[in-house]
Amino acid sequence: MVIATDNTAPQAYGAAGLLSTPERPPVRRRRLTREQWIGRLASYGLLVFFALFFLYPFVIQISNAFKTESDANTHPLRLIPAPFATDSFLRIFNGTDFPMWALNSVIVTVVVTVGRVFLDSLAGYALARLRFGGRRAIFAAIIAVMSVPGVVLLIPKFLVLNQLGIYDSYAGLIIPLLTDAAGVFIMKQFFESVPESLEEAARMDGAGVFRTYWSVVLPLAKPALITLTILSFQGSWNEFPHTLVAVESPDLYTLPRGLAQLVTGSLGAGTQYPLKLGAALLTLIPVTILFIVFQKRFVRGATEGATKE
Amino acid sequence: MAVTSVTPSVTTAAPRPGRRRSRLRGPERTAGWLFVAPVIVLLTVFLLVPILMAVWVSLTKWNGQGSPFRSGVPVAGFDNYTRLFTVDGLTRQDFMTSIRNTFYYVLLVVPLQTALALGLALVVNRQLLRAKTFFRTAFYFPSITSSVAISVVFIFLFLNGGAINGMLSVFGIDGPNWLSDARGLFHVILNAIGVVDIDAPPALLTGNEVLGLSWWQWLSGPSVGMCTIITLVVWTTSGTFMLMFLAALQGIPVQVDEASMLDGANPWQHLRRVTIPLLKPTMFLVLTLGLISTWQVFDQIYVMSQGGPAKTTLSPAYLSFRTAFFSFNYGSGAAISFILFAIIIVMTLLQRWVMRDRDATRRSWWSRLKRAGRS
Repeated sequence: MVIATDNTAPQAYGAAGLLSTPERPPVRRRRLTREQWIGRLASYGLLVFFALFFLYPFVIQISNAFKTESDANTHPLRLIPAPFATDSFLRIFNGTDFPMWALNSVIVTVVVTVGRVFLDSLAGYALARLRFGGRRAIFAAIIAVMSVPGVVLLIPKFLVLNQLGIYDSYAGLIIPLLTDAAGVFIMKQFFESVPESLEEAARMDGAGVFRTYWSVVLPLAKPALITLTILSFQGSWNEFPHTLVAVESPDLYTLPRGLAQLVTGSLGAGTQYPLKLGAALLTLIPVTILFIVFQKRFVRGATEGATKE
Repeated sequence: MAVTSVTPSVTTAAPRPGRRRSRLRGPERTAGWLFVAPVIVLLTVFLLVPILMAVWVSLTKWNGQGSPFRSGVPVAGFDNYTRLFTVDGLTRQDFMTSIRNTFYYVLLVVPLQTALALGLALVVNRQLLRAKTFFRTAFYFPSITSSVAISVVFIFLFLNGGAINGMLSVFGIDGPNWLSDARGLFHVILNAIGVVDIDAPPALLTGNEVLGLSWWQWLSGPSVGMCTIITLVVWTTSGTFMLMFLAALQGIPVQVDEASMLDGANPWQHLRRVTIPLLKPTMFLVLTLGLISTWQVFDQIYVMSQGGPAKTTLSPAYLSFRTAFFSFNYGSGAAISFILFAIIIVMTLLQRWVMRDRDATRRSWWSRLKRAGRS
């Protein structure tokens, strides 16, 4: 109420409360607008509160990554590091295997993303457009596969990698991630929404099926491909449980695995929070940049993902 | 689907294209199979076959040495499964503890994240608000971050002398040592209001055991340590579910809102009688996804607590992993993961059944009332 009077709202809103007693019929409307107005203030208050709730942990993370260890331990809430220290980052690059983890993460993410976009779009196109026996059965199987929870597959995946002799190798780290049922589903949905006329024209010109797909259909599918690229990038960059059952030698750790090792391993016994927060911060950067640039596609990806399951 | 089903009828209607189509059918069939082949092969080799392998392993006592499919591997039959339920021992105790922990975890996380997501969506969706996109983005951001990286941040926040306790001390609250506090939340609350003494729990509850745990242990509620993971997960997932609610809210025609306003519904009535019923499919989706994903909790536990303090954050997923890869008891680990799979399937079916049932009864009740009113 007090805050409300400070606001530069039109006079009518402020007056509504005073005028509310004499005349009955208009009262209702005016009181409603006043209520709406207070409601709006409350909404903004809530929004700001929750923005802090969701973002403040990152603020604390950033400021503590630039503190000395004792400063972080004694004043975790202080926003401005005193003294401003970059020690933790020097130690991340010189005292840990962070650069190697980052390199492994880049390799895995790039290969997995390219693989997923290509294989998922191929399969999605076939399921949406090509007529062949067993198509429905395959699609049903893919939907069924999508509902198998990931953590249930940890031991099974280990067994098969072991049996194939690719446990603890890049192959084991990458190949099982090369396709995902959800991606196939997204692509299939997309291709079904595109008119068929262009493809027909290409075919009439004598282009083969793959040629049509590659030079006519794919360029049309750009929006869906970008969404899929983003989802795959984010998914494989953040992937953690799979790395636990696919590799054991530290040379093959990706960032999440290395980070987990840093926290839970014998190294993590000490505090070293600025270092850990700094390493976590650097891990978050690529996906954050992607998120800021492609916000809308992330949002679309989430709601599209919603309809799939 | 619609497009593909239309095409054949078009092509058969005109004789010539029909003939051309039959010429195309051969290459198209081959191409179709070639296009889906990589996905089929990968999903078969890395999903279907491994599950079958794990079914076999869950029936053995394989310890990780050599191949589980050679002849010398000791076969256990259903031993690994019965040990989880009927044989009194550490295996059952740990498994039941993990079930209890995760039950309370699900019980808190699912309603909290759903309510928060719905609340945020309703506020963000209010008309005439500026900077909607910024807030929507801010709320959603934690959802896309690495679970490991964010767990590291939350460990720091919940340290004994850390940020959360620092904030609580502003309000004169002396926060607990979150990450190493194994006391159950229900125990703490009952103790605080003087119903039971946490240090001397009633013998009636501690004396009787069900499935390897005493009633006192079953009724503990989530441990204080588990509450940190609950907070973390609610914080990360609400944003995604908010987007789903937002998409649904934006699909509600403006006329619906206007009509209920004209009928004189106050905002609360409007929310309860108009908006929420219209959001029911989304609510169902969010609750189902929530139930499925919460039972799988793993990453956060691996990083933040490794099942501790005092096993109060063990989850079936983490226990399965630990049993296989730390204790080299792959058979038991696989058995746990299949039970978890079964739990998730049952939860989904149960949820579907409850929602459908309630809908049906309410509708029949409503139509009966209307009929009664008319006569």
